[in-house]
Amino acid sequence: MIGIEHYIVVSAILFVLGVLGIFLNRKNIIVILMAIELILLAVNINLVAFSAFLGDLVGQIFAMFVLTVAAGEAAIGLAILVIYFRGRGTIAVDDVDRLRG
Amino acid sequence: MIQTITFYLFAVLVIASAVMVIMSRNPVHSVLWLILAFFNAAGLMVLVGAEFIAMLLVIVYVGAVAVLFLFVVMMLDIDFAELRAGFIKNFPLGIAIAAILLAELVLGIGAYRVGAIELGTPDGTSAPLLDRSNIESIGALLYRDYIFLFEAAGIILLVAMVGAIVLTHRKGPADARGQQDIGKQNRRRPEEATVMKQPGIGKGVEL
Repeated sequence: MIGIEHYIVVSAILFVLGVLGIFLNRKNIIVILMAIELILLAVNINLVAFSAFLGDLVGQIFAMFVLTVAAGEAAIGLAILVIYFRGRGTIAVDDVDRLRG
Repeated sequence: MIQTITFYLFAVLVIASAVMVIMSRNPVHSVLWLILAFFNAAGLMVLVGAEFIAMLLVIVYVGAVAVLFLFVVMMLDIDFAELRAGFIKNFPLGIAIAAILLAELVLGIGAYRVGAIELGTPDGTSAPLLDRSNIESIGALLYRDYIFLFEAAGIILLVAMVGAIVLTHRKGPADARGQQDIGKQNRRRPEEATVMKQPGIGKGVEL
């Protein structure tokens, strides 16, 4: 029988894979954004699993808001990526120092 | 039994495609693996009875976000081989941090499993409605208790849309291709836009 632990383990592995993806592809901001989507997916699986197993719908509603913010984040992130590529001709993020930060 | 088999199928596929997302050489392949991961996560959610979120995941992620990623990856002319230069160098550090994080999460799950973490019981005010579908229950709760958060989510999407358009909009000369000159459009009169013709029978019209 599938319990809540199964779902937590899956989402924990997915979360760790997302973090690993950020570290492995430090130059490629597109893959970094995709890894962030994986992390948010792990969070969503966790929220939905707890919501279903505890019989409380608030988790699913919160997962919807996470989805909303993830969609907005992807749109803005890709827009910034596109204008950065227009100006520099590359998307290597490890030499982003235009703001001298 | 069938539930267990389906769960393991979806779980293995979602983790395998997540591995392929971060390991793939070509970002286009990464996007396609990401789509597979979202489909399988939606399957996991259907399995647990949350159909609405699962369908939302498929529609929003596969239908919008993944296509946006695909569009950007294919539109930009990027040398991806160069971007993978640090992959091997970052591998040990990444694996170490991932292992530490995983160990911490496993400790947390273990503590939950032996009963050290008390989640509490829901008070029942937001329980699923009896003999109603998942989406009806969510709708009742969302429009009753979370209506202002729902509106706030709409505002976030609006701001994201305006931000993305403002960021990527190219300013150029007004007569450049695709640029709208509102003054010129408003000055336009019917006399210069249309002509009256009285074609003879069997003659045709010369424009």
